[in-house]
Amino acid sequence: MASKIGVYVCHCGMNIAGTVDVPAVIEAAKAMPRVALSKEYKFACSDPGQEMIKQDIKAHGLDAIVVAACSPLMHEKTFRRAVEAAGLNPFLLSIANIREQGSWVTEDPAKATEKAKAIVAGAVFRAARQEPLEMRSVEIHRAALVVGGGIAGIQAALDLADSGIPTTLVERQPSIGGYMAMFDKTFPTLDCSACILTPKMTAVGQHENIKLMAYSEVESVSGFVGNFQVRIRRKAAYVDHTKCNGCGMCMEKCPYKAPSEFDQGLSQRRAIYVPFAQAVPNKPVIDPATCVRFKGKKCKTCIKFCEPGAIDFEQKDSVEEVTVGSIVVATGFQPMDAKKIPQLAYGRHPEVYTALEFERLNNAAGPTQGKILTKDGRVPQSVAILNCTGSRDTNYHEYCSRVCCMYALKYAHLIKEKLHEATVFDFYIDMRCFGKGYEEFYRRLQDEGVRFIRGKAAQVFGGKEYKAIANAAGFIDGLEDHQLVVQAEDSLLGKLIRVPVDMVVLTPAVEARADADEVGRKFLVSRGADGFFLEQHPKLAPVSTTNDGVYIAGACQGPKDIPDSVAQGSAAAGKALGLIARREVEVEGTTASVVDELCSGCKCCLTLCAYNAISFDADRHRSSINEVLCKGCGTCVASCPSSAIKAKHFTDEQIFAEIEGLMSM
Amino acid sequence: MANAKLKVGMYWAASCGGCDVALLDIHEKILDVVAVADLVFWPCAMDFKVHHVEAMPDKHIDVCFISGAVRNSENEHMVKLLRRKSKVLCAFGSCAHIGGIPGLANFWDRQSIFQTVYHASPSTENPKGTVPVERFKVAEGELTLPHLYDTVKTLGQTIDVDYFLPGCPPNPDQIAAVIGVIAAGKAPAKGSVVGASERAMCEECPRKKTELKFKSFKRRHLTHPDPEVCFMEQGIVCVGAATRSGCGWRCIGSNMPCRGCYGPLPSVHDQGAKMLSAIAACIDADTPDDVERILDTMPDPAGTFYRFGLPASMLRRRQRGQDGREAR
Ligand SMILES: Cc1cc2nc3c(=O)[nH]c(=O)nc-3n(C[C@H](O)[C@H](O)[C@H](O)COP(=O)(O)OP(=O)(O)OC[C@H]3O[C@@H](n4cnc5c(N)ncnc54)[C@H](O)[C@@H]3O)c2cc1C
Repeated sequence: MASKIGVYVCHCGMNIAGTVDVPAVIEAAKAMPRVALSKEYKFACSDPGQEMIKQDIKAHGLDAIVVAACSPLMHEKTFRRAVEAAGLNPFLLSIANIREQGSWVTEDPAKATEKAKAIVAGAVFRAARQEPLEMRSVEIHRAALVVGGGIAGIQAALDLADSGIPTTLVERQPSIGGYMAMFDKTFPTLDCSACILTPKMTAVGQHENIKLMAYSEVESVSGFVGNFQVRIRRKAAYVDHTKCNGCGMCMEKCPYKAPSEFDQGLSQRRAIYVPFAQAVPNKPVIDPATCVRFKGKKCKTCIKFCEPGAIDFEQKDSVEEVTVGSIVVATGFQPMDAKKIPQLAYGRHPEVYTALEFERLNNAAGPTQGKILTKDGRVPQSVAILNCTGSRDTNYHEYCSRVCCMYALKYAHLIKEKLHEATVFDFYIDMRCFGKGYEEFYRRLQDEGVRFIRGKAAQVFGGKEYKAIANAAGFIDGLEDHQLVVQAEDSLLGKLIRVPVDMVVLTPAVEARADADEVGRKFLVSRGADGFFLEQHPKLAPVSTTNDGVYIAGACQGPKDIPDSVAQGSAAAGKALGLIARREVEVEGTTASVVDELCSGCKCCLTLCAYNAISFDADRHRSSINEVLCKGCGTCVASCPSSAIKAKHFTDEQIFAEIEGLMSM
Repeated sequence: MANAKLKVGMYWAASCGGCDVALLDIHEKILDVVAVADLVFWPCAMDFKVHHVEAMPDKHIDVCFISGAVRNSENEHMVKLLRRKSKVLCAFGSCAHIGGIPGLANFWDRQSIFQTVYHASPSTENPKGTVPVERFKVAEGELTLPHLYDTVKTLGQTIDVDYFLPGCPPNPDQIAAVIGVIAAGKAPAKGSVVGASERAMCEECPRKKTELKFKSFKRRHLTHPDPEVCFMEQGIVCVGAATRSGCGWRCIGSNMPCRGCYGPLPSVHDQGAKMLSAIAACIDADTPDDVERILDTMPDPAGTFYRFGLPASMLRRRQRGQDGREAR
C-alpha cells in the first residue's frame, strides 16, 4: 500500500478556486492518512504544474499521486504521462474531480469546499490501494463502417474510401441519399439538389473501396476501438440484385400500388419499386406489405417480365459480419409530426403542407412535375409559410432547428419564381440567417417582395370553419370556403392579424429519429436532453463520442444544414482515418480475471461478455477470462455472485476505500 | 484427559428452535458428543435457569453455541452474559450468522410490526387495542417483558464471535464435524465460517446447466420443475449461485431451489445484491421495456434475495426518515 501520497489541488483559474476554498482543501488533505505533501497550483495541467509534480515525486519519493482538478476525461492522460515521466507507474495516479462534480455544481462556497474535501479524501484512500498496471496495445483493423447514407454518411464514406480504406456503408432504405435527395433546390445558392448529390451517390455505388449495403441495418456491434465486429442484416428484397439489370420493366408492369414514401404520399409507387429515378443502388425491392403474393394470391407479373430472372420470392434476410477499426454514425434526423400541433390544421385541411411535402410538390421529378398546385389543381394566389413549427417552443422542442428559416426563404423564392402573381407571407419569430451567404439571401428575398410578418402563427382555420365562428370584427371579405386563414400576432405592429391564403406550408422541427435511443445503445453513443447524439465535447470534440472509435456526423448530432453535414462527414472520416493510421491503440490495463479458488462454475458470467473474452472449461467446471480480449468493462465483475471475478483498478477494496474516504470528511 | 470433559453450552436467542432440533438430529452421534462433552446449559432441552449461568465463573463454558438473531433486550443481555462465561463462542445457524428469517423484520420497524400484529392483520381480533407493555404492575409485583428493538442484529454485530456455523439449520454432519474439530483442539482461525465450503452451491449441485437465460420468472409452487435441470434455466429463482455450499444440497435434492441460508461467499459483501446482479445478467431481453416486463414477473425480490441475510448485508435495514420513523 502506498504510504507517501502527494496531493495537488488545482485552481483551474477561477473555475475551481472561484467557489472552492483551495487552501482549506490543502490543509484538510495534509491531515489525511498517508499524505506526505499537499500543494495547490493555478493550472496543474500546465507545463510548470506537471513539472512540479515530477520534481516532488523524485525529491520526496512519493509513491502515489492525487490530482484534484477537472474530470479525468479531460486530463487523466496528461497527469498519467507526468507521473510516468517521473518513474512512477501511471496507474498510481488518482484524479479527484472537484470541478465538474464540485465547483460547477454548486454556487455555495462552503458546500463546494466540503464536497471538494470529501472527494479528495476518497481519492487519497483509493490511491493508497491502487496497484501498478501495464497499458496494452491492440492492432487496429484497417476498415471502416459508415451507418446512414444521407449526405453526411455519403461524404464520410467517400473520404474514407478515397484514402484507400475499405469502407462498408449501411443504409436502411433501398437507396442512399437521405433527405437531400428529396429536394429540388438547396439554399442559399439554389443549386439543383440532384445535380450536386447524384454524382456523389454514383461515386459511392461505383467506388472500389466501398461496399454499399442498402436496405440493410446494423444488428449488433461488439468488440472495441480498432476491432469492432458488426453484424449487418440485409433485408430480403425478393430480387436477386446480382442478376437484376435495372431495366425497370417489373415496376412498369406491377399492378399493385402503395403511397410513395419518397413523395410523402403525394403519389403512388408500385409493390416492386425503387424509391426514385436516380436511386443508388438502382435495383428494385418488393414491398411485402403491398405485393399480393404475400397475401396468398398468385400474381406473377414481375416474374413474367423480368428478363434476367432476378425475381426471387424465396429470398430471406441475410446476415453478414464485418470487422472494422472505426465507425461513423450518420443516421440523420426526422421531421416532427406536424399533427402534434393540432391548431395548425395539418391533416385536417388538405391545403396545409409539411415542408417535405412542399419539397416534393416543387420538385421537377415530383408528383406534379414541379408545378405548385393545390390538391384540386388550382394555382394558389397566396401562400403562407409558418416558421418554427415545434421549434423554439417549450411545448415541443426548445431548440432552434436551424434550417427552417433558410428553406422558408428558399420556398418563398421558388414560389415567387414560379407564380409571379402569388403573394407569399412568411410568419417568423426571428430570421436566423447565420451561414455564409445566408443574410444576403434574406435581403434578396426582401427585395423580391415577400411579406415577412414578425409573429408566430397561432392558429390556422379552414375558410368554411372560419366563417362559421368569425364575428363582425374578424370578418374577412371574399373569403372562400377552400381557403385558409392564418391567425397571428404581428409583434412589430402589436396587433392580431388574420391572413387569408390558398396554401399553408409548415416547417416541422428537425428532431432525433424515433429509434435514436436504440441506435445509440447499439453503438454505445449517448444522447443529449434534446434527443440527438452527444458529441464528446461540444466545442473541442464535435464528432467524437465517449465510445472510442465511434464518431458521429450530420443531423443525428443536432439540426444542421447540408454544408455543416458535409463538413462533419469529412471531419468524422478524418478522425476515423487518423485512428486507423495509428495502426495500434493503447488500451487500459484495467482488465478482469477469475480467481480460480472462488469460482463455482455457476455460468452466470458466460452470456454477458460483449467481447467474447470469457470461456468455460467444462472439465474443470470453471470460467476463465482471456485478458487480451477483455476490455475491462466490469460487467462480469458485477454479475459474479461469488465475487470470484476481480477488476483491476476497480477492486472492491479500492471502491470501498474510496467510499470510506468520502464518508470520512 | 478423561476427567477434563469439554463443557458445552447451547442457547437460543431470536430463533425458531430448529437449530436445537438440528443438534439433536446428529442422532447417535450425540452420544459421541456427550462422551467428550458435558452439556452445562441448553434451555431448549434441559432445565437450566439464567441464575445458573450467572453463578458460573467467567470463561467456565469451553464452547458455547448460540442460535438466533438478536432482536430484543433479553437476547442481548443473554448473549453478552454467555460471551463472558465462554472461552469459545460459535454462532450456530443462519440467524446468528447473518440474521436469518427474523432479520426480514428489518424491512419494517417495531412500530409498524406492532401495528400489523396487534391491529391490522386480517386475523387479529383486538377490539380493545391491547398491546404488550414492558412493565405491568400486578398485586404480586411487577411483570416485565423484554424490549423489542427496531433493528434485528446478527450475533457478530452484538458480541465478539469466534466461529460461524451457517445453515437454516446447519447440516447435522457438519455440526458433528465442527464439534469434533473444536474438541480435538484443532480450531480454525478466529472469525472463520466453519462447517461450510468456500465455493457456491453450483459447485456441488448435480443439476444440468447449459445456458442461463430467462424470459420470465416462475414461482416454485406453481410449477413442476424438471428435477435434473438447473432451476434458473427453468425460470425459477435459485440463489445457490450466491450461497456457500456445504449443506449437502438438501433443498435442491428435494426439488426446491436454494434459498440462500448458508450465506454469502467469502469475498462477497452483500449476498442479495450479488444474486440480483447475477440474475440481471441472465435476463433475456432486447429492450428496456422487456427488462421491466420480465422483472415485473418476479415476486418479492427483496424477500427473495435477502431472505436470510438482510441484517448482515450492506443494506442492513430499510431506510428510516429523518425523524427516526419509517421512511416510505
Ligand atoms: C424540409 C427541409 C429542407 C431542407 N433544405 C435544405 C437546403 O435547401 N439546404 C441545406 O443546406 N439544408 C437543407 N435541409 C437540411 C438537410 O436536410 C440536412 O442538412 C441533411 O439532410 C442532413 O444529412 P444527414 O446525412 O445528416 O441526414 P439524413 O438526410 O437524415 O440522412 C440519414 C440517412 O441515414 C439513414 N438511416 C437512418 N437511420 C439508419 C439506421 N439505423 N441504419 C441505417 N441507415 C439509417 C436514413 O435512411 C438516411 O438515408 C433541409 C431540411 C429540411 C427538413
